[in-house]
Amino acid sequence: MSVPEGKANDLLTNYDPGLYYDELFGGRDYPAEHSALIRQRLAGLNFGDLLRRSQDAERELYNLGITFLVYSNKDAVDRILPFDIIPRVISAKEWAHLEAGITQRVTALNLFLHDIYHDQKILKDGVIPADLVLGNGCFRPQMVGLDVPFDTYIHIMGTDLVRDREGTFRVLEDNGRVPSGVSYVVENRHMMQRVFPDLMQDIGIRPVDNYGHKLLDAMMEIAPQDVADPQVVLLSPGSYNSAYFEHIFLAREMGVPLVEGRDLVVENDRVYMKTTNGLARVDSIYRRIDDAFLDPKAFNPDSMLGVPGIMEAYRKGNVALANAIGTGVADDKAIYCYVPRMIKYYLDQEAIIPNVDTRICREADALQYTLDNLDKLVVKPVGEAGGYGITIGPRASKEELADCRAKLLADPSNYISQPVVDLSVCPTVTDDGIDPRHVDLRPFAITGKNTWVLPGGLTRVALKKGTLIVNSSQGGGSKDTWVLQDGGPQDGSQEGSAS
Amino acid sequence: MNLLARYAECIFWMARYMERAENLARILDVHETFARDTRGMTNWFSIVQLNADEKDFFSRHDRPTAEAVVHYYMFDTQNTNSLVSMLRMARENARVLRPWISTEMWTQINVFHNKLVEMNGKGVALPNLSKVCTWIKEECQTHTGITEGTFYRDQGWYFYQLGKYIERADQTTRLLDIKYHTLLPSPVVVGSTLDMSQWTTVLRSAAGYHAFRRVYPRGMSPTTVAGFMMFNEGFPRSVVMCVRQIDGLLTRLKSRYTLRNGSEAMEKVDELLGALLARPIEEVIQLGLHEYLDGVQAQLCGITIEIGRAFFGQDTVPMTQSQSQ
Repeated sequence: MSVPEGKANDLLTNYDPGLYYDELFGGRDYPAEHSALIRQRLAGLNFGDLLRRSQDAERELYNLGITFLVYSNKDAVDRILPFDIIPRVISAKEWAHLEAGITQRVTALNLFLHDIYHDQKILKDGVIPADLVLGNGCFRPQMVGLDVPFDTYIHIMGTDLVRDREGTFRVLEDNGRVPSGVSYVVENRHMMQRVFPDLMQDIGIRPVDNYGHKLLDAMMEIAPQDVADPQVVLLSPGSYNSAYFEHIFLAREMGVPLVEGRDLVVENDRVYMKTTNGLARVDSIYRRIDDAFLDPKAFNPDSMLGVPGIMEAYRKGNVALANAIGTGVADDKAIYCYVPRMIKYYLDQEAIIPNVDTRICREADALQYTLDNLDKLVVKPVGEAGGYGITIGPRASKEELADCRAKLLADPSNYISQPVVDLSVCPTVTDDGIDPRHVDLRPFAITGKNTWVLPGGLTRVALKKGTLIVNSSQGGGSKDTWVLQDGGPQDGSQEGSAS
Repeated sequence: MNLLARYAECIFWMARYMERAENLARILDVHETFARDTRGMTNWFSIVQLNADEKDFFSRHDRPTAEAVVHYYMFDTQNTNSLVSMLRMARENARVLRPWISTEMWTQINVFHNKLVEMNGKGVALPNLSKVCTWIKEECQTHTGITEGTFYRDQGWYFYQLGKYIERADQTTRLLDIKYHTLLPSPVVVGSTLDMSQWTTVLRSAAGYHAFRRVYPRGMSPTTVAGFMMFNEGFPRSVVMCVRQIDGLLTRLKSRYTLRNGSEAMEKVDELLGALLARPIEEVIQLGLHEYLDGVQAQLCGITIEIGRAFFGQDTVPMTQSQSQ
């Protein structure tokens, strides 16, 4: 790979984010001061050196087995999440705003879950259509009337944020079931410390490696109160799950056993794990298995991954589960549209981080609007994850649009539509030099008694030129995310980003 | 700290597969160099016999040519006794154990496995076999070293050692056995130059030649070699040495962690040790070395089954793991 012309001396001279908001440079009118030193250091690098470091990082990820399984035809292949070594930088001020917004959102979603599994006031008051909640496949009648510690349902939350052309962060999606990706946040930092220590020198970056401690604290907090020294475990579907590396990572960081369904047994409504010395009590379970597979007695009877009887042990308060059962109804794409109203209803506050403008196609006028503007909108099925089934209007062919129209008309309540958000970009190493690529951000919040937000989050980057889809299953990569320390030498303000 | 039964099992098998891989690399390496018959041809078929793989081998190959046997034991993924299969199994166990073992242990096995798989694509020319075997042996020894230096000493460590010594004892009996029933019935005169070079090969496969020479500076006979490999108290690959280790490990494991189970396994170990110490080698050979070794292998297998029952939460060892015994 040759060094592109004109970039040999200053790697960022020809860098052009176009009309998008840039995460390293800021908006056109507000050059980001907080990242000036980082830009200066990057600009002084040699492209060959950057590529070499980049390759070193990817090789190390592979060797360390920081991989996820991809299933293609019959084969399961180990893949690394491609890693880009140019960090995404967030100022202390921006972060304070995001942290407050995420905490607010988690609080509201937990209040919502408690409400719908108890008095259902929000439904009775007509703020959210009752059938949208009660008719939702993820609503678990087994949870009705059940109390959970601190009324916390979503202990681990991943909030997908995007930043529009004006630099405003918006919530794209809530992940309140089994959000994944946090292991990459920590491993990406470790990787940067190995391959790019000179870039990090004296910048004042908030650490991310205490996530495991915070998670363990929360898991201990929610354990049954009568247990003095609770046994925490992480329940995984097993080594063939695509997120298995993350399960390993979290179990190791917490210092707890990583168990599978077959390691657990329920006797007299108490959960035990099989050890070399017989059965040992389990008190608190961070489960990375969906509700439906958790207990063949209570949910999907065909599940081989779950633990028969665990739901009853949970109902009796003999074991804690994180996240709670039945949180899927809160992070549903259809419910998402109502979250700002939910925040208003429970907290009497405006949403600190706004949603992306969203239309619910089950509503007649929204459907009409969507059909009329199909070529300008993003249409998403509400039940899918991982970027599947999405139609991006402005980029779709006539056939794809016609197909989308037919699907909308056949089952309108299965879809929402949103305007295309011009995701912000970040300088990224490509074969052609440093080029802008679109990014999003998934911060992680842990809630036991209180909520704690990991400073930073997973920055996913769409590595293919022009594409907006950042999902790892569709060719996305990731970047280290630096939240700068408050009051640090580089703490600049970034007007126009907040609110 | 509790140890999950499944982890204990994975640790045990990870150790066994790594030990088995090292032994196979030794056998392939030494074979290439030393095990030649009267016409100077390497008898590759004996390796197939050593592993009792005749049926599987001939289902895919007509003749035990050097190329066929080497490929079969290096890279054949359908052969559970190939190096690539052993490494895959070791790696799968290590993958499960990643929350438990050190990152260095995992990374080394992962990289080792990946390199071996990559090598398969390129193929190994026979003249390079020795080099490749040396590399594999060294990777296995690196694993041993990393494990010694980084494995946290709790219950898991005992299961690791148990796996390693049971496998090693088993491998030594197999090595002796193959010499016995492939070479002895041949028209080669016992005590001839060729016969001696073959016994030397056996010793070299187990890295025991120099140690043997130290004990028996003069001469070499089938009896002294077999006796050395079975009963020597100082040779790290002798069966007695391994079984003594197993005995001590089980006793300490049970008492240190006050484990309820495992008495049956200890009884089986006592039985085996007693049997090993009961007869001198001359008597063993007179009664039939092959039958004797078969018996030792069956007893080792019995110990494995009892360990599985006692600690791995199972009544029988799963077929996938016992089939490659």
